[in-house]
Amino acid sequence: MDPTWFTLTPLEREALSLSLLVSGWAVVGSLPFGILFAWLLARRSFPGKTLLDGVIHLPLVLPPVVVGYALLVLFGRRGLLGTPLHDWFGITIAFTWKGAAIASALVAFPLMVRAIRLALEGVDRRLEQAARTLGCGPIQSFFVVTLPLSLPGVLAGVILAFARSLSEFGATITFVSNIPGETRTLPIALYALTQVPGGDAPAFRLCVISVIVAFAALLASEILARRVRERIGG
Amino acid sequence: MLEIDVYRRQGAFALDISLSAGSGVTALFGRSGSGKTSLVNMVAGLAKPDRGRIAIDDRVLFDPAAGIDLPPEARRVGYVFQEHRLFPHLSVRQNLCFGRDRLREAERTVSFDHVVAVLGIEPLLDRRPAGLSGGEKQRVAIGRALLAAPRLLLMDEPLASLDGGRKNELLPFIAGLSRQFTIPILYVSHSMDEVLRLADTLALIEAGRLVVIGSVEEILSSPNYASLTGHGEAGAVISATLAETDSRYGISHLRFPGGVLKVTQIDRPFGTPVRVRIHARDVALALHVPPGLISVRNQIPAVVRSIAPFDDSQIDVMLDCGGAPLWSRITSEAQAELALEPGQAVTALIKSLTITRGDVSDRGNGQTGALPG
Repeated sequence: MDPTWFTLTPLEREALSLSLLVSGWAVVGSLPFGILFAWLLARRSFPGKTLLDGVIHLPLVLPPVVVGYALLVLFGRRGLLGTPLHDWFGITIAFTWKGAAIASALVAFPLMVRAIRLALEGVDRRLEQAARTLGCGPIQSFFVVTLPLSLPGVLAGVILAFARSLSEFGATITFVSNIPGETRTLPIALYALTQVPGGDAPAFRLCVISVIVAFAALLASEILARRVRERIGG
Repeated sequence: MLEIDVYRRQGAFALDISLSAGSGVTALFGRSGSGKTSLVNMVAGLAKPDRGRIAIDDRVLFDPAAGIDLPPEARRVGYVFQEHRLFPHLSVRQNLCFGRDRLREAERTVSFDHVVAVLGIEPLLDRRPAGLSGGEKQRVAIGRALLAAPRLLLMDEPLASLDGGRKNELLPFIAGLSRQFTIPILYVSHSMDEVLRLADTLALIEAGRLVVIGSVEEILSSPNYASLTGHGEAGAVISATLAETDSRYGISHLRFPGGVLKVTQIDRPFGTPVRVRIHARDVALALHVPPGLISVRNQIPAVVRSIAPFDDSQIDVMLDCGGAPLWSRITSEAQAELALEPGQAVTALIKSLTITRGDVSDRGNGQTGALPG
């Protein structure tokens, strides 16, 4: 068998590393917000809560193209936020990998919030009360009791969001297009290959890579979650 | 001194309680749903009264009139819950130090080693709560609360979730806590056995109100509260210490303010403080006892305090034996013959056999150190 079969081509390496970069940043950047909104939905009651819940879940039911187009309108060079960001801070988001990360984060956000919210709701609030009587303020008791106890759920949310980001296509291509080395992630490279003659073989290789990466992420989350559960369960 | 004066309305239920608790163990006793747990939650800051005031010594915890409502973490009130509520993701050692680590160095007045030794939890330190037995978990929970050096310790039926054996293992330890760590304890219970063995002061709570607060002996010996304390037959409770045991006859001597009470043998060290319950029906009265002619071992001089009819055929006679209460229930016919009246000197006759192990509550306080077993 040809040994070059097992080495990545420059195009593959570029698409894979870009995908990991974009998805990684999408998850890391949205995690604090994911925890915040999950906590708001799980533990607080306030006017407009149902509305907030709906807005957070919107990307789950909207066509990703709509999300991508909305981002383009907002963050494009002439966009509502894009213009001041560019003029005042010199930051350009549209048609960059940062834009791809934002698009991925937005689409994956509901999955992350759902998982974390469920985990937070599963934490026994009486333990938080106990922490309070032992001298912990509400914020501290969240970080030393509630969050560690909901770690398996947070992990699940992170992996779910990561996997969703890896597979993000519609919002990304609408918002940041297909720019080699900047926004051409695995799914976009794959799509591009299917559009050209003779692209079948390289497209198949990208499919295999996508499957391996996604599977590795799921496996890692399962192992991590089991380890965390063992730690919590004693 | 803990001072509570709280009011809170919750639907049809209103909690309206005002009481002070000093050093030692104060038991809050009442049926479930009477408001005991709500009351301790208010002291801990986990529930908020509609109005009122809560203070420990000069330190005000809650006084909306003065704009004070300290959050739980600022109250320095320890809480041992009915369920252990240990943190499952932390080791026993980390659980124990949870509150302590949040204190300033100067406030860490309770020694870790002392608590661990007294509770006998040294072998458990590196384990996780999930691997502990119910009794062990509750001991760790007590240690965790103590190590936060609280000014007051709340215990909400800490033994309720344990079986009889585990209860007996923990009771002597809790009895000694208040003295060993010089901390007042507010102890919620609906078990009179626990009250007899642990409490110095008893507060009876019913339907959100304080019925009475006073010494355990005083309240349990009074006919007024017999229905609330629900402690079997009418009778008096007196404090005594084990003076000697005569194993030839299987008899123990208990010293109490009214003299010496001979009871069936108790296998405890001399000097053990106990509470003895003496049923009113087991106490006979005599105006004059001919010496050497009667089998009854306890012939205790007493003065009649009051006389009240129990029903048509029975009369309750309250007695004073050198300060200790005694309660005798006699037939109306006997009263017709003896014509007892308040202030009269009589002799109370109590058969030793009528006072059995079940009537004697050990108040031993585990000061010898680690728990047995």
